[in-house]
Amino acid sequence: MIFNLNILLPEIFLSLSIFSILMIGVFLKNSFNLVFNLTSLIIIITASIILSSSNNEEKIFSESFTRDGFSNYFKILILLSSLFVLNSSKDFIIDNKLDKFEYPIIILLSILGMFFMVSANDLILFYLGLELQSLSLYILASIDRDNLRSTESGIKYFVLSALSSGLLLYGCSLLYGFTGSTNFESIANQLNKDNTGAVFAMVFILVGLAFKVSAVPFHMWTPDVYEGAPTSITSYFAVVPKVAGLALLIKFMFIPFSNILLEWQTIIIFISIASMILGAIAAMVQKNFKRLLAYSSIGHIGYALAGVATGAISGYQSAIVYISIYVIMNIGAFSCLYLLKKDGEYKENISDLSGISKKHPLLAISLLIILFSLAGVPPLGGFFAKFYVFVAVLEKEMYALAIIGLLTTVMSAFYYLKIIKTIYFDDSLITFEPNKNRIAQISIFTSCTILITFFLYPSILNNLVNTLFTN
Amino acid sequence: MNFPILSTLIFLPLLSSIFIFLSKDKTNNLSSIYISLFSSTATFFLSLFLWYSLDLTSSDFQFVEEKNWINNFIKFKLGVDGISILFIVLTTFITPICIISCLNSVKVRVKEFLIAILILETFMIGVFCSLDLVIFYLFFEAGLIPMFLIIGVWGGPKRVYSAFKFFLFTLLGSVLMLVAIIVIYWLTGTTDITQIYEIKIPKEYQNILWLAFLSSFAVKMPMWPVHTWLPDAHVEAPTAGSVILAAILLKMAGYGFLRFSIPMFPFASEYFTPLIYTLSIIAIIYTSLVALMQDDMKKLIAYSSVAHMGYVTLGIFTMTKQGIEGSIYQMISHGLISAALFLCVGVVYDRLHSRMISTYGGLLNYIPKYSFLFIVFALAALGLPGTSGFLGEFLVLTGAFQKSYLAAIFATFGVVLGAAYMLWLTKRVIFGSVSNSEIRNLNDINKLEILMLVSLAFFIIFFGFYPSPLMETFSVSVNSLINNYETALISN
Repeated sequence: MIFNLNILLPEIFLSLSIFSILMIGVFLKNSFNLVFNLTSLIIIITASIILSSSNNEEKIFSESFTRDGFSNYFKILILLSSLFVLNSSKDFIIDNKLDKFEYPIIILLSILGMFFMVSANDLILFYLGLELQSLSLYILASIDRDNLRSTESGIKYFVLSALSSGLLLYGCSLLYGFTGSTNFESIANQLNKDNTGAVFAMVFILVGLAFKVSAVPFHMWTPDVYEGAPTSITSYFAVVPKVAGLALLIKFMFIPFSNILLEWQTIIIFISIASMILGAIAAMVQKNFKRLLAYSSIGHIGYALAGVATGAISGYQSAIVYISIYVIMNIGAFSCLYLLKKDGEYKENISDLSGISKKHPLLAISLLIILFSLAGVPPLGGFFAKFYVFVAVLEKEMYALAIIGLLTTVMSAFYYLKIIKTIYFDDSLITFEPNKNRIAQISIFTSCTILITFFLYPSILNNLVNTLFTN
Repeated sequence: MNFPILSTLIFLPLLSSIFIFLSKDKTNNLSSIYISLFSSTATFFLSLFLWYSLDLTSSDFQFVEEKNWINNFIKFKLGVDGISILFIVLTTFITPICIISCLNSVKVRVKEFLIAILILETFMIGVFCSLDLVIFYLFFEAGLIPMFLIIGVWGGPKRVYSAFKFFLFTLLGSVLMLVAIIVIYWLTGTTDITQIYEIKIPKEYQNILWLAFLSSFAVKMPMWPVHTWLPDAHVEAPTAGSVILAAILLKMAGYGFLRFSIPMFPFASEYFTPLIYTLSIIAIIYTSLVALMQDDMKKLIAYSSVAHMGYVTLGIFTMTKQGIEGSIYQMISHGLISAALFLCVGVVYDRLHSRMISTYGGLLNYIPKYSFLFIVFALAALGLPGTSGFLGEFLVLTGAFQKSYLAAIFATFGVVLGAAYMLWLTKRVIFGSVSNSEIRNLNDINKLEILMLVSLAFFIIFFGFYPSPLMETFSVSVNSLINNYETALISN
């Protein structure tokens, strides 16, 4: 049997490069800089390999691995966001003495895991990818091992995530037991509404996935881990694994569970509404910016899930557009945190932002744009993300979901306004050091430019995403 | 392909705000001021040209621009007719006045203030030009951002509370409109309003959609009982902010009723007319009484705005030619008069830093020019014949008497109350004894202030005696609005 390994080229390249830079890191002293730069290079090369590959659906290894437009889109999104997150946090990493060569390598490993997640067409491969990603994330969460809070957040994440992985695995085994196959397509053919056992399995799998995207009621770890982990890790957590998790949710709904959509939909609607409401209410009282972003990310996942809950292709597309814009906004928001440096220490309380509009006008206006966009106020990018989701939701006549979603938008606008109030209306307390973190500035600039100019050509992402579901 | 005059009109202020943002003057902001003055006057003359070249004998939308925006879904469609052109001209006329007024009153962050005003102008013109529901919503909501900052950054002591209340009230009202817009899209397959007029929305959906639109317009109008954000916002906003808020932002809702609610949902509009009558009458009587009790000048004018907007809603929903024409006239004239009154308050506030009525008294002897203009505006606000304020109210009441005696009689009481609070305000501020020794040292208005106030006074009196330039502009459009409404009702 001859395999067309071309299909697997990005993954093969990524694994080989990980091993090579691991060797470099082990044998060369003080190699953080080298490994870091090589990592960026590897990410760029991998991205260009994916970009040059075709988007036609092809399967390999007994149809357990798929390469199609869908997986390619998500891989590119994962790579680009990692690239921005990683590079804009470089100064932060060095300042906080996190510059161990393992850091970028573990990030690459988690990317590799996510590649298999979004390409998986088989329960086993899917689970392996998920575990590779999760194990890397456990280490990342506790990478600042001398810091009590970072270690605590790592342990917390590990315990809870391991539990959810266990549930997920149990679900997978149940699914195998009731359908006799681990392949997504054959599962889809075997499933029907009367197969109660499979519905059970579905619930377990959904719990695992909801945990990974931190949707309510499986969100408990998010605020603590976001706050405890170093900011550079938090920004990675907030962006990249969410993309992969959402991709998996959509994929599960699209292929294996397409026949029991109704059962699956009910749960997603509940999770979505719960996430939107909790995200909006809990964020109101937060004082720590990272913790606030944690709750806001819970809310945003709720909106993306509202798109998924429609169970229609237009809904999935809107969810993908939503998560893409969410990624852009969050990269901008976290990059702002890297510029808040005073006496060698990075500030992360909202009150530290007070009055920065007077001394750092450019930073202030960037935050203003990003926050209004997160709140979903037109004409910024965040509005269009929400708009597409609600268009899809209302197409399926899910009026309650749409109205609750929009009302929580108003509630969440409140806490974004509170930050803007701190930035613009309050008196200034702190002058931050002039920061030379050019890459963070570029990230902020890129993100703001995209958010402002999005209204000029708002269908750019839709046109891209429309092609993903043609087959 | 014609020259895209409407896009130019919309994006000229935005473009100039970018120039101001990039300009590098640190000390006196002169170049920012010149750029903003130049661009806003240019916009004004462009809109005058637009008015001049508009074909007033046709009720169709003119200067229509259409561009594919979101593929197979939404078109970026702009156009004007006899109704919207007046609001555009009002916007472009008020904006330069605001910019002049801020030369005296805004001391900190002048550059940012000008940017905010110009961006706001872009959004306001956009609201009145858009012929697509989504585009309309986009501009309608986007205006919240600069207004929130204007109140919050340059406002008074309680500015944070007011800014939040303004933002959240308006946003809460509008989200239901967004739901309604998307539902309309799925019902009709388009959000282009000229097509929706043709397709006609099914009768059974109209009531609920109408209410969703009302939730947004009622907050913005503002109608009783959701008017409470307005006094707070007015009191705390800087002078220019209050002027824009009263003169233009409040008119968006009235315009929205005329452009969207009535033509798209004729059955619902007829069904809910008693509701609107009731709310309008309560607004007129109740807020006039509240205005009587105010000891803060800005708050008094703010409540009087709510009362005047009550006439507007009343007039629109009489569905008579007089009623609707009176409403539009009232909106334009209120735009001028309330702007002038807020500027007047701003003038004395800049000098004595108090808005309390009790601080003032006996101004007539010390600053006579100011006092004269103040009296003119106060008389215009109470609807003295010979000022533009009279004609609007008169037409609205004429319309109302044709439909409902009860509503009309109550509304007429409102006119008396309006005279009461405005005259009493004038008596306490301009006449009477001098309560405050600082008044003796007041400087009379300077040339810039005379320029602003006299230009407003000129138009208020001009349109009071000679209304036909305005009447002729919207008369054909109003006729076709009423015809379409009546044929829609008969056809079923």
